[in-house]
Amino acid sequence: MGQKEHKASIIERKKEVTTSLENLGLKIYEQMEKGYFPSIEMPSRSTENIYYDPNFRQFILGDRKVRRTARNIRHIRPFTQLVWAAFFSHELATQRKTSTLRDVYYSAQAYEMSFKDQQESNNIITDLETILGFSREDFNIFPEERSAVFGDLTIEYTVPGYEGKTLNLTSHPDGVMIGPALTSSEFVETSANKVIAIEKGGLFTRFIEENVHKKFNAILVLTAGQAPRATRHFIRRLNRELNLPVYIFTDGDPWGMHIAMVIISGSANAAHLRELTTPDAKWSGVWATDIVNYKLPTDPLDEVDIKRLYELQRDPRYKDPLWQREIKTFLKIKRKAEQEAFSRYGLTYIVDEYLPAKLEETK
Amino acid sequence: MAQVTFEEISASDFFYRNRDIAGFTNPSRAIFAAVRELVENSLDAAESLKIPPDIYVRLSYEEEASRETQVYRLRVEDNGIGVPPRHIPSAFGQVLFGSKYKLKQQRGTFGLGGKMAILYGQITTHQPAIVISSTGMSKIYMYKLMIDIQRNRPIILDRKVLINKERWRGTIVEFCLEGDYLRAMPKILEYFKQTAMVNPYANLTFVDPKGRLYKFTRVTKEMPDPPKETLPHPYGVDVELLQRLIHVTPYKNMLEFLRNHFHRVGEITARKFLEFANISPSKKPKKLSHQEIVRLMHMLKKFKGFLPPDANCLSPLGEELLRAGIVKELKPDFVAVHQRKPSTYAGHPFIVEVGIAYGGEIPKKGSFVIYRFANRIPLLYDEASDVSVKVINAMNWRRYKVTPDMPIAILVHVCSTKIPYKTVGKEFIADRPEVRREIANGLREVARQIQRFLTKREHVDREKRRLGVFSRYLPKIAQFSTKLAGREKPPDVKKLLRSVRKFGAEGT
Ligand SMILES: Nc1ncnc2c1ncn2[C@@H]1O[C@H](COP(=O)(O)OP(=O)(O)OP(=O)(O)O)[C@@H](O)[C@H]1O
Ligand SMILES: [Mg+2]
Repeated sequence: MGQKEHKASIIERKKEVTTSLENLGLKIYEQMEKGYFPSIEMPSRSTENIYYDPNFRQFILGDRKVRRTARNIRHIRPFTQLVWAAFFSHELATQRKTSTLRDVYYSAQAYEMSFKDQQESNNIITDLETILGFSREDFNIFPEERSAVFGDLTIEYTVPGYEGKTLNLTSHPDGVMIGPALTSSEFVETSANKVIAIEKGGLFTRFIEENVHKKFNAILVLTAGQAPRATRHFIRRLNRELNLPVYIFTDGDPWGMHIAMVIISGSANAAHLRELTTPDAKWSGVWATDIVNYKLPTDPLDEVDIKRLYELQRDPRYKDPLWQREIKTFLKIKRKAEQEAFSRYGLTYIVDEYLPAKLEETK
Repeated sequence: MAQVTFEEISASDFFYRNRDIAGFTNPSRAIFAAVRELVENSLDAAESLKIPPDIYVRLSYEEEASRETQVYRLRVEDNGIGVPPRHIPSAFGQVLFGSKYKLKQQRGTFGLGGKMAILYGQITTHQPAIVISSTGMSKIYMYKLMIDIQRNRPIILDRKVLINKERWRGTIVEFCLEGDYLRAMPKILEYFKQTAMVNPYANLTFVDPKGRLYKFTRVTKEMPDPPKETLPHPYGVDVELLQRLIHVTPYKNMLEFLRNHFHRVGEITARKFLEFANISPSKKPKKLSHQEIVRLMHMLKKFKGFLPPDANCLSPLGEELLRAGIVKELKPDFVAVHQRKPSTYAGHPFIVEVGIAYGGEIPKKGSFVIYRFANRIPLLYDEASDVSVKVINAMNWRRYKVTPDMPIAILVHVCSTKIPYKTVGKEFIADRPEVRREIANGLREVARQIQRFLTKREHVDREKRRLGVFSRYLPKIAQFSTKLAGREKPPDVKKLLRSVRKFGAEGT
């Protein structure tokens, strides 16, 4: 079943990223050579310019543009930081090193380019993403938070020192961390026919122990709460490159619901980016209706939960009948349940009864 | 029934008992007041001849007096006009004897200051004072004096006459007094500094009890014209003065009396006034009853036909000297000075001079540094009660871009034939509406000038900051983009920086 058609994709993409960084530098260089103050145009990320695109099934940026120019005293500092960030990413790429947002913040100081705070440096990286249309992982800048994967998938590393080495993702019983090395590796082969994404570490471990990967032919992904971008991109690749359907299991509350939605349709914060979403992924549970049907032990919804539900009700990503129905049910029963709630029927109930039923239901 | 006894006390006795009002309140105030009174006499003595003053003050430690006070010897030397020998004993040994009762602007007015210092020394140490003086003729006179407090008379203990080969002219006063120099020191030094500020043509030398030398050197030999004597203005007279004039006048009728004893009263004005007051021009002044004198005073104040007093009896410092003094003592980045036109209050002419200075040695202390002067005397005590301070506090400085956190000094100099002091200690000026208005107008003028300076400086600063920002970041943009583009030589940012300077870039 393994596909090798994307073998060169990672390396190609890296090349594309470095070239676009170089072109950005060249554009600025040439403007200055001609005696102009350099300037850069990019799509505006202000809320008025963020739209939900039903075709892409994600948020996108509108046509509104902003111009950063070194001629404006208010722009020149962020402009310089941007050029530095491009330079720094290029260095990372050519030296095949990775770093984190925190690293970026500190590295700047070595160039006398100090940022006021972490937020300022994060913003600059987001600017760079917006201008070039690549995400920060493409610039070898990774988030701190790490999620994990487990299942029969063989990958081939492209990171220095490991090039050509392969690894089967069942080789470690805790799962393998979705870090820079894994994100940049090629998919070699798999016997799995689906992906199951799980919000919580406890359940992820239970699934491995219960051989869910074997019983259901699944690759298990731990999102560890809100899935980091690298993980969202990784899930998308599993879906696109290996043609695997994706099922998402979260807690039965508005927050769990939204973890699934961000994997499916992305977030407004990443409206300037593509390839982070998996529009065909399914939210398989825990639904509000599951709470009723399975008579799960529950907690009452509190005020913020309810406020959040009303927000989601108006959100264009939630316009599908299924989502609307679940929101209404939550609001009606005013209760929520965690995934662990199934333990009331015994530790294996969730694997033996609930999981197969829901996989079937959301097929 | 208790027996009440009445006794007459002499002037010196009176001031001895009330030395507070003359400024000799405590051991620290006393030593400050003594220095100040003698220095002021010396400045007056030099200025009345239009000689740039050279004044030497030495305070030396003699012995312990009590736990907190010591005995010091004070010596003040000047190059002033000198005292004619026959006047020396009274000038320094008889309270309310002086040469400055006439109507002209001078520091001394009461005929009291120097003697209070000597008296205080005598009371606290029981030692005589020594006065050496010469008017520059062939002899120098030396007196050793004490004051007979009960009788207000000098007691001459010794007198020497020396040959003045070098034709020295000046006065030396030396005596011992008890005091607390350590506590008085800040005020004394401040006094010298401020005196130097409004007397930029004076050399002041001070040697303190520790042997430390403080020298304030003149920056100019220019001096303001000495004031001229003047007659009293009819608006300013009181019953006491009228009675004194009537007592001494040689004139036999009211017309002549008015014409000759009053400032700005000619034949026509005198006639008009007498008609207004319903007084016969031929009436004999000496025949006026007490009631008529009181009425005359009231009518003089009521009559609208007198010209305002002439100010040539005043001797303001002038804008140039004021500026020189401020620059000399404060070395500011900016100074503006302004002299108001002469004005009057209650028949007394006065002129207000103001200055404002920024930066240099002026400290930033969260409020303005205020320098107050009256007839070129620094006023160092009771700042809060002074009219200048009230005016300064009432002004809306923000309108002029001035804020209290700036290093700003404000100077107000009032000169007049009669400074409206509140006390004999000459420490602060009373709140007279006319004086207040002149101070306010003067301050507004210099405030406008400093506003222009601050605006310009702000502009220059902003430009500097802008240029700083561009010269910091443009080379970096050049550097990083060159590396990204894989080029060797970074683009030249000099041209861009030049255009920032010339036109300024958009945004601020
Ligand atoms: N250093 C001096 N040189 C010349 N004359 C002096 C000197 N010191 C004092 N005199 C004379 O002695 C007089 C008395 O001085 P004193 O200080 O007691 O009173 P004042 O200066 O007239 O008034 P005030 O009480 O305001 O000081 C002066 O009017 C002056 O004529
Ligand atoms: Mg005097």
